[in-house]
Amino acid sequence: MGYKAKFRVWRGEGGEGRLEDFTVEVNEGEVVLDIIHRLQATQAPDLAVRWNCKAGKCGSCSMEINGKPRLGCMTRMSTFAEDETITVTPMRTFPVIKDLVTDVSFNYQKAREIPSFTPPAGVQPGEYRMQQIDVERSQEFRKCIECFMCNNVCHVIRDHEENKPAFAGPRFLMRIAELDMHPYDVVDRKDSAQEDHGLGYCNITKCCTEVCPEHIKITDNALIPMKERVVDRKYDPLVWLGDKIFKRSRSTKG
Amino acid sequence: MEIERHEYDVVVIGAGGAGLRAAIEARQQGKRTAIVCKSLFGKAHTVMAEGGAAAAMGNVNSDDNWMVHFRDTMRGGKFLNNWRMAELHAKEAPDRVWELEAWGALFDRTKDGKISQRNFGGHQYPRLAHVGDRTGLEMIRTLQQRVVALQQEDEKLHGDPEAYIRVFQECTVTRLLKTGDGPGDPISGAFGYWRENGRFILFDAPAVVLATGGIGKSYVVTSNSWEYTGDGHALALLAGAKLINMEFIQFHPTGMVWPPSVRGILVTESVRGDGGVLRNSEGRRFMFDYIPDVFKDQYATTEEEGDRWYNDQANNRRPPELLPRDEVARAINSEVKAGRGSPQGGVYLDVSTRLPAAEITRRLPSMHHQFKELADVDITKEPMQVGPTCHYIMGGVEVDADSAAASVPGLFAAGEVSGGMHGSNRLGGNSLSDLLVFGRRAGAGASAYVDGLKARPVVSEESVATARAEAMAPLERDGENPYEVHHELQRTMNELVGIIRKAEEITQALEAVEKLKERAKGVGAIGGRIYNPGWHLALDLRNMLLVSECVARAALKREESRGGHTRDDFPGMSPEWRRKLLVCGASADGSSVTVEEKVQPGMRDDLIKLFDRAELKKYITDEELAAFDALVKE
Repeated sequence: MGYKAKFRVWRGEGGEGRLEDFTVEVNEGEVVLDIIHRLQATQAPDLAVRWNCKAGKCGSCSMEINGKPRLGCMTRMSTFAEDETITVTPMRTFPVIKDLVTDVSFNYQKAREIPSFTPPAGVQPGEYRMQQIDVERSQEFRKCIECFMCNNVCHVIRDHEENKPAFAGPRFLMRIAELDMHPYDVVDRKDSAQEDHGLGYCNITKCCTEVCPEHIKITDNALIPMKERVVDRKYDPLVWLGDKIFKRSRSTKG
Repeated sequence: MEIERHEYDVVVIGAGGAGLRAAIEARQQGKRTAIVCKSLFGKAHTVMAEGGAAAAMGNVNSDDNWMVHFRDTMRGGKFLNNWRMAELHAKEAPDRVWELEAWGALFDRTKDGKISQRNFGGHQYPRLAHVGDRTGLEMIRTLQQRVVALQQEDEKLHGDPEAYIRVFQECTVTRLLKTGDGPGDPISGAFGYWRENGRFILFDAPAVVLATGGIGKSYVVTSNSWEYTGDGHALALLAGAKLINMEFIQFHPTGMVWPPSVRGILVTESVRGDGGVLRNSEGRRFMFDYIPDVFKDQYATTEEEGDRWYNDQANNRRPPELLPRDEVARAINSEVKAGRGSPQGGVYLDVSTRLPAAEITRRLPSMHHQFKELADVDITKEPMQVGPTCHYIMGGVEVDADSAAASVPGLFAAGEVSGGMHGSNRLGGNSLSDLLVFGRRAGAGASAYVDGLKARPVVSEESVATARAEAMAPLERDGENPYEVHHELQRTMNELVGIIRKAEEITQALEAVEKLKERAKGVGAIGGRIYNPGWHLALDLRNMLLVSECVARAALKREESRGGHTRDDFPGMSPEWRRKLLVCGASADGSSVTVEEKVQPGMRDDLIKLFDRAELKKYITDEELAAFDALVKE
């Protein structure tokens, strides 16, 4: 049942590199990450790849397989024809460190820019009471395994380095939505989503949703509802009136 | 090449549940804290934990309390547990879980809005706080986000988010540094390398918390990730600390068995907690044939009673699918050996005939996803095939229960890398709570230790030079591929020191490990220092070999069967052996392992009185039983 597959793997470091050809054994039930591991063990011990759980739970082995962002551990070899050449490259949006490993520090920087969960003062641990139905929306977003493939595929930053400073990417815009929908979070996140984290850049093409290995409906359930909340705020006549009367310093830029 | 140097008060090695909770505690106590981890921040093996965190909050059954949890934990560990750790764990777990909620965690809820709790093997009441079957991910994310929240606070206060807590990700520690070579000489720092560029890094720090998890990568079939190479166990040994209970390894009863590339990946115990049953190739629910004497009063003897229990726990006993993990793993092993296994060498785990499809996908979403994507199996329609997989090591660094301090001054350990808490077998759900309870205690213990120091211990430059040379060696050699040595070690441990053991096989394993140690000295890494996995593995081999030797030597010495240690040649449990701990240490030059027996201190009076005489009688010696009788009479 085993066969020899043709692989083209991107090798290189320090901004330079090229696709290298390999012929490698494939056995029944294997996934792309197994093949990369076989290359390490038999042909290229220094081939760099990130991985941890090998079960689609940690989001480490994000790569591009035939140009599509995928988890190496969840891409079964049986989805390819035996005579097909499989091309494996690193995520394109982040700088390459070596081979398939990219510098994803952009994501950690963005995570730190989003104000943390803030419960009301005076609620003690153990006193929280929430209904299942009220936590389910945020729970969907907390399934995120931070593979960063949504940020990788998002056209706002995929080939536009210049947008990176202003745009948190789907992963962290979804984090804002998650906190905004948390029953106990008291921070008003609507204006900052738009002004500080670039929600307005998103034009809901759903590329992020399509690549999400956890099947989170990022666009429909997080980004669009968040956009609606921002719009409600901006065009709500009562808010407008309040702003006029009390001269609140809330910006209306967008 | 220049070595990058940093000064901290507390260095935490490992960023799983225990490491992050320890670091948060140290930072909250005002200590400058470094978190050093081999993977990216947020990828630790804790994310793989599925079932939940055991904490006697009593949200689902108000009869639950810390004493019931304590009893269950001691029973699960076959009374070999460090009882003080089991006591602290049972008492403090609820506060640790509630604290996560205040940091943003969103657990599943009960109807009255509290944290929901689920049934699990060996727990008398529904006790596991959970989020579907991805509780570990929720815990890691919450702790990760708590670290970020503290960094945001520090940015406001000091203008630098990393002023008091910094994560050094993809950074591996290869040596602990001390002021001298003696076992009593204190810790003065840690030495390692950045995986990203291969540069060396030195932490000058008076306290180190080990939170590096387990050792599963010494086995072929394991649920553990690549990081589980026994680093903390080995670092502790080499620094002069002791390991206990290393013979006890938990083989989780339900790992995937097919396809081969995913063999070993975990199938959560929640499948059984929520109603899933085990069947052999004849369709028989075979667990009813494997209820051991010590548990026979607590488990259902008929399928009807077992099934009633899910809805009426007050009037029925639990089904034997929910026996502690060691019992279930051995039973599956026996069924397969007797020729009643599934086509791919496991047994059937079926939830499809037990719950409606919608309920399965709601309660077990990641299992549904995992089987569909990796095995083409729809668990709402057909049974899974499962078999035992190396999952967890009960053994680890011998620590003081209250402070998590090891015998070497300045060294602390928490989570899987520490030993004692779980005795000879850990209950499902007791790991996540262990990480939180003892992670916090280790962070507090390290902080208190730093406060009590008159002067900072000094890093000996000689030890830095030695550590540097050791780390460079594989790159400078033109030798054997380290992957070969690793694979052979995995096969050796799997076949010869696995779920069922006997003296001849363990002896063979020890001989094989000796030869592999020699080969490991000659392995070479081709390529440079930038993100070179061959080099990294060459360095990890030292740890895996040292830890494997501990496991095998202790397994050879313990001539009884108990929990995660089953000896074919000594099938019974011995009350005499219950009182003994096997303590592993490294020889002076760190090249081999010594094992000594040590007496386990007896349980405190008020704790032993929580048990019935009839139950204790199954575990303890006549002498201990007489002392118990005298105590109760008083």
